[in-house]
Amino acid sequence: MPPRLELRNITKSYPGIIANDDISMSIMPGEIHAVLGENGAGKSTLMKIIYGAAQADSGEIFCDGKPIAAHTPATSRALGIEMVYQHFALFESVTVVENIALAVSSSFDLDTLARQITELSNRYGMPIDPYRRVHDLSVGERQRVEIVRCLLQAPKLLILDEPTSVLTPQAVVKLFETLRQLAAEGCSIVYISHKLDEVQELCDTATVLRNGKVTGTARPKESTSAQLARLMVGAELPEMHVSPSVPSDKPVIEVRGLTAPARDKYGVELKNVSFEVRGGEIVGLAGVSGNGQAELISLLSGERTHANALSIQIGGKAAAHLNASERRKLGMAFVPEERLGRGAVPPHALWQNAVLTAHRSGLVRNGLVDRKQANSFAAKIIERFKVKANGPQSSAQSLSGGNLQKFIVGREIALEPKLFLVAQPTWGVDVGAAAFIRQTLVDLSRSGAAVLVISEELDELFEICDRLLVICQGQVSPPLIRTKTNREEIGLLMTRVDRGNGTNGRGEVAIQD
Amino acid sequence: MAAPVIATVLTLLVGSLLFAVLGYDPLATLQAFFITPLNSLNGLSEWLLKASPLILIACGLAVGFRANVWNIGAEGQLIIGALAACGVGLFYPNPDSWLLLPLMFFAGAIAGMAWAAIPAFLRARMNTNEILVTLMLTYIATLLLSWLVHGPWRDPAGFNYPQTALLSAAAMFEPFDYAYRLNASVFITVVAVFLMWLFTDRSFLGYKMSVSGAAPLAARYAGFRESAAVWTGLLAGGAAAGIAGMAEVSGPLGQLSPQISPGYGFAAIIVAFIGRLNAFGIVLGGLLMSLLFLGGEAVQMNLGLSAALTRIFQGILLFFLLAADFFIFYRLRRIPEHA
Ligand SMILES: Nc1ncnc2c1ncn2[C@@H]1O[C@H](COP(=O)(O)OP(=O)(O)OP(=O)(O)O)[C@@H](O)[C@H]1O
Ligand SMILES: [Mg+2]
Repeated sequence: MPPRLELRNITKSYPGIIANDDISMSIMPGEIHAVLGENGAGKSTLMKIIYGAAQADSGEIFCDGKPIAAHTPATSRALGIEMVYQHFALFESVTVVENIALAVSSSFDLDTLARQITELSNRYGMPIDPYRRVHDLSVGERQRVEIVRCLLQAPKLLILDEPTSVLTPQAVVKLFETLRQLAAEGCSIVYISHKLDEVQELCDTATVLRNGKVTGTARPKESTSAQLARLMVGAELPEMHVSPSVPSDKPVIEVRGLTAPARDKYGVELKNVSFEVRGGEIVGLAGVSGNGQAELISLLSGERTHANALSIQIGGKAAAHLNASERRKLGMAFVPEERLGRGAVPPHALWQNAVLTAHRSGLVRNGLVDRKQANSFAAKIIERFKVKANGPQSSAQSLSGGNLQKFIVGREIALEPKLFLVAQPTWGVDVGAAAFIRQTLVDLSRSGAAVLVISEELDELFEICDRLLVICQGQVSPPLIRTKTNREEIGLLMTRVDRGNGTNGRGEVAIQD
Repeated sequence: MAAPVIATVLTLLVGSLLFAVLGYDPLATLQAFFITPLNSLNGLSEWLLKASPLILIACGLAVGFRANVWNIGAEGQLIIGALAACGVGLFYPNPDSWLLLPLMFFAGAIAGMAWAAIPAFLRARMNTNEILVTLMLTYIATLLLSWLVHGPWRDPAGFNYPQTALLSAAAMFEPFDYAYRLNASVFITVVAVFLMWLFTDRSFLGYKMSVSGAAPLAARYAGFRESAAVWTGLLAGGAAAGIAGMAEVSGPLGQLSPQISPGYGFAAIIVAFIGRLNAFGIVLGGLLMSLLFLGGEAVQMNLGLSAALTRIFQGILLFFLLAADFFIFYRLRRIPEHA
């Protein structure tokens, strides 16, 4: 039997960097194959080449023994190859079903397709409403749309580039069941993830890339995650140091009775949210995506303002009516979950993206942008956070996902905030860099800053947080001390069963099926 | 830089074909269009005279366009600027004062900005669409001008022509040479080009506007006010157009009549896009557009081409230029049919 996919000597370079260097590998039908590697190792580039969204400079690709000619995403789809991009490729202004319709090859009518989407997405534990517009969706929901789009096509080869980075644990369990079933039916799967436990659970074989080259192969089920991590990073992971926290007397941010209507009819209403974060501590906000996190974050960051100025106080000052820039003057910094288009301007160079929020740190003088300062500011972030980029001149969109995340986190930390809001801090970041970012967050808090981490990764929250809050259906639980609670308690709070009104059972649906 | 070359070659080919089919000698026509207008001193003077307002206005508009603020009513802002400047020139108590010209300059700028402030206010406060409002205000401005020159401001000694009295010498820019019309107002344009470059390329405010244009969510994330971008964009366009209007009355016109602009305000939109919204490109775009104006007149007078035909030819060139730009960034492909 010929392999489902065979790559021979694939090479691809971008200005200043060889993203893929003579890569060969093959995947049999029904095999679940992991591609592992640090940020910027060239994984996404390789996947885009397999899918035809990028062209290799040299090398050949065979599908079922036949070379693929005139390779484009359309020819790939005709061959049964489907791909979930790391940075989603959805059209913002149209609905989910219209988006999916664009990628479906057979003829269809929208209503039937919508029904299929509803049915399939519920079956796979990733419920989505086909009639919602994509720009209203959270990243987690967009991820589900992408996956469902691929599953609808009954693919022969499925490429998943970090599909679980923003899925709930329950949805991940469901997804894995689905993937195993697909594999049992002969579908080959290429799976990229920085979450090594997932890789161990799911994948039969793995190829490890470093700096664009294949540096090894592994059988994840027979290896420990430390072994895998070493293969990827080429060194042992650093130990985390979490010293005990000494919280300040006064809270740095205080939220009192914050109530806000939903952004739109699919949003979540915030009901009487109260909590505080003191200097010197890290507070984690756990919750299933789509339970009001997006609303809460935009109200905390100042992207949305609130008429009742006192409902949010920063450093003792009423702040709910202030915009993001004014709150930053009070010492706030913020990392949003969308890195492209919100945390960074995609076509702008990194030095320009440094100016975006660091303009108060001497990057602007007499109303003019000081390019030299901006360049050296960006260069420092690149160095300190080991961002793989071709210097401060490279555009944000040319960076690999994890590297852009490192750059944004680095930029915000370099502002030396008193209050640090961060959503999904290690989303898409490799194990080595994730450990580094977590350590940096801990150090930042121990130096006196108040840190609020919004994350769906309970492991991460348990590793670094001093106290935990849980958000569910727009309500935030009282704080729990990390050392006095456990995953089960948090998990229960995250999926509190909604009595009576059935409009908001999303968290619930995710575990029921 | 390939786009303009491709566009030019295509235009020359299609244009020659068009002229040939209609029975004109293509070479002679093209020469009359692009070369003859420039081989006299007067031609050069006219070329710069017409390029100047186009470049000036395009610079102002591009500031807004970069932030997705679509001011397409520069024509109206130009008219209002001309009105205000001329009003000052006509009614200032001392018609020989050296203060007159500076006063008219500011009157033009402020009036243009005020006219643009209406859509800015409506968009910032009530989220109305500035494309519609600026366009509609252009019609109002045209009618206002018409009413003034037919009514209250009509020159009593003007044989009932709908025009104002001539401005005094102190209200006019001095021509470099009285044989030609080109005057000192081109320096305003030179300064505007520099300011535009400084603003978009170096200033923090210009940076914020480019963020608003490229990624509105990032602008919100950073706390750059959308309303600031709207106001800056519209006021810059309004000021530039108002000043261009002032330079017209204080330059070639010397008085107001119902028709004071051959569509500079609209043509400047195209100039801004041909110049890819950057200062240097806009200079080239303005020079090209001005040459098209002149060449169009020249072939009508010298070779008897119809006005419609010259307009078609101008349209072809602009179309190819903008399309070539588009296809540099996007690729059109046939998608294979699926079963
Ligand atoms: N369009 C592009 N232009 C220039 N350089 C690029 C482009 N796309 C990718 N690169 C570079 O190629 C390298 C590999 O990027 P790639 O996205 O494949 O990494 P990755 O392994 O997927 O990383 P991550 O885990 O962070 O997603 C990176 O150094 C990146 O900066
Ligand atoms: Mg990637």
